[in-house]
Amino acid sequence: MSLLGDRQQLAYIAAQAADARVNVELETEGMTLNIGPQHPATHGTLRIIARLDGEQVLWADPSCGYMHRGYEKLTEVRSYPQVTALVNRIDWLGSFANEVPFILAAEKLMGVEAPSRAQHIRTILFELSRIANVTLFLGDLGVQLGAVTPVFFAFRDREYVLNLIEGATGGRFHPNFDRIGGLKDDLPAGFIDETRNVMKKLRGFCDQIEDLLFGNEIFQSRTRGIGVIPKDVALQYGMSGANLRASGVDWDLRRDQKLPLAYDKVDFKVITHPDGDSFARCWVRLQEVRESTRIVDQLLETIPAGPIMAKVPKIIKVPEGEAWVSTENPLGEMGYYVVSQGDMGPFRVKIRSASFNNISITPWLLKGVYVPDIITILASLYFILGDIDR
Amino acid sequence: MNLATLLSADLPYWAQSLLRVLGGLVAVLLPAGTVVYLFLFKMMSFMQSRLGPMEAGPQGSMQLFAEVGKWLQKEDIYPARADKFIFKLAPLIVLASTFLLVVVVPFGPDALFTNFEAGVFYALAVSSVSVLGILIAGWASANKYSLLGGLRAAGQLIAYELPMVLAVVGVVIQAGTMNLQQIVLAQNADSMFGFSGLGNPYVITQFVGFIVFMIAVQAELTQTPFDMPIAESELVSGYMTEYSGFRFLIFFIGEFATAGVFSMIASVLFLGGWAVPFSWFGWTTIDSIDNWMNIVGPLILFTKMIVIVFFIMWVRFSFPRFREDQLQKFAWKVLIPVSLANIMVTAILKVAF
Repeated sequence: MSLLGDRQQLAYIAAQAADARVNVELETEGMTLNIGPQHPATHGTLRIIARLDGEQVLWADPSCGYMHRGYEKLTEVRSYPQVTALVNRIDWLGSFANEVPFILAAEKLMGVEAPSRAQHIRTILFELSRIANVTLFLGDLGVQLGAVTPVFFAFRDREYVLNLIEGATGGRFHPNFDRIGGLKDDLPAGFIDETRNVMKKLRGFCDQIEDLLFGNEIFQSRTRGIGVIPKDVALQYGMSGANLRASGVDWDLRRDQKLPLAYDKVDFKVITHPDGDSFARCWVRLQEVRESTRIVDQLLETIPAGPIMAKVPKIIKVPEGEAWVSTENPLGEMGYYVVSQGDMGPFRVKIRSASFNNISITPWLLKGVYVPDIITILASLYFILGDIDR
Repeated sequence: MNLATLLSADLPYWAQSLLRVLGGLVAVLLPAGTVVYLFLFKMMSFMQSRLGPMEAGPQGSMQLFAEVGKWLQKEDIYPARADKFIFKLAPLIVLASTFLLVVVVPFGPDALFTNFEAGVFYALAVSSVSVLGILIAGWASANKYSLLGGLRAAGQLIAYELPMVLAVVGVVIQAGTMNLQQIVLAQNADSMFGFSGLGNPYVITQFVGFIVFMIAVQAELTQTPFDMPIAESELVSGYMTEYSGFRFLIFFIGEFATAGVFSMIASVLFLGGWAVPFSWFGWTTIDSIDNWMNIVGPLILFTKMIVIVFFIMWVRFSFPRFREDQLQKFAWKVLIPVSLANIMVTAILKVAF
């Protein structure tokens, strides 16, 4: 037990006591199950230590850090433009969304603001990476619950979005496209028409998933009432994004804060659900893909002409100061606290990634559920390992 | 010359036995191969908007041989703490139950392995032998995931054995016999409401029984809505987690061969088996059936089997899986009462008409 931390050790002792009670009545024995670090359901290297009584979980504790890559430390030895290549790899399914808050924080320190066209394109790419990310979630959800078909639909339709991102930025997964003061390039010819077509296809995909998965009675019986997170608990654990909105908290950083992005120029709904169970979390994400396609459509209509780069010096030196910028990323609130001492690179960066806070609720949530529900709950909380461990 | 006389009289005992063994291998492996290629490779790919295997042979038709070759080359690993003898024995038990099951399936008027009076009873009994193999596979692997998978399999297969038996009771009442060959003849010689053009396939009169039977078959085969014992996303591979190489291949063949054989039994019980309605050719009894039915009969049965496997696989590829407790509730609270009611109604109607 020396591998476990103090808190885990206490929980283990409590579980032993619980086992003793079970032993008296049924003469059964508990079992400690290591789910992960290598396990199909953790899509990455998350380890969950679960103490089981039969199929019921007595306690479960996530143990993360198996994929820690030290990005916060690495940023200290890189210049500001180089950092975007690193932070791309945090949430690898929606890479562009990771660059934006960092660049915005640097711009805030420098007092630069990107031109209007760049803001629009940033927002379009931001939403495209959200769609690419959540589309795969919807497919993966099926796999976690045992339906093999939706994931292939998800891969098929995500490919269209990745092609768009590749066309605009040159990188399918890791665009590395955002620059302080604007963007690397303008949009390619034909991007706008193609994007409109793809958005239509993705709305079709959402309908398909809704029919195939969300309308299925087995899916509903597996997710409804499973892993219920009440509003106050969700807030206490610092959850964000769709997980928080599914608990009935009307909170969306796209709408609630003023950033140099084009969200104030579009009309979109913030989707919430009162239930807070696994079904609500999945449903909110599905509806958010639809909203994102609507946002992209509106931005394509109103995209202004003009430069895509503000006037910034060739060699970027950020003045002394500290800045915090967070955005509503596909997984939840993602923020960067950047401390600058006037050098070419940041002095210190703290990355607040959504998944780390989102999975911190699992010990509370997994108590007393069955083994299959662990998978349902983890799938519906939707974390990405790179986003937990950074 | 009649096939039965060929098998019983003119050949020495060793040659008869050899023919039977070869026939059994064909009857188990041919459905397994067809099911894997046609459904697991091609239909699944079509449903998931991809091509599936295309390289080995035309349309990837030789893929299966490539896969078998691959599995045969792999190292036969067993865990250090495994109970080696039992660990190695388990897949063979699972496959043996498939071979035991195919023995009672009639393929033609004379093309059958045994003409067993209590065929239905025997089939349902030996189909549960595979549970034993799965349970000891789960236990002997010395792996927690395998253990959970094995115990889930045991609970599930025992729970779904009962609705399966009860669903078949309706057929047995209607046919008045437990001999599978006699059940085939009864369906095809009979008529529905005076119309004999279709015979009387029990899928129409025993529709409730058919649905219950198919659901129970789905659970017996641990196909998707009921694939808790395997549950890739939860238990890695359930009781098969620690198996590799040839032993995994045997589990794999066992899974799909059993799907084929259970579908054959379902088509014998509910779809009229190997025969066509007797009124088509003016037959009346089994002796008046033309000899060519011994060749055409297996093909008809095979076609019906493909149709039933299609439905099994269709469900498998589109549904998410149940949770263990939901699955048990479904068996005990829905399927068993429904099949009991079905037996009662069938018995009353049987006495009334």
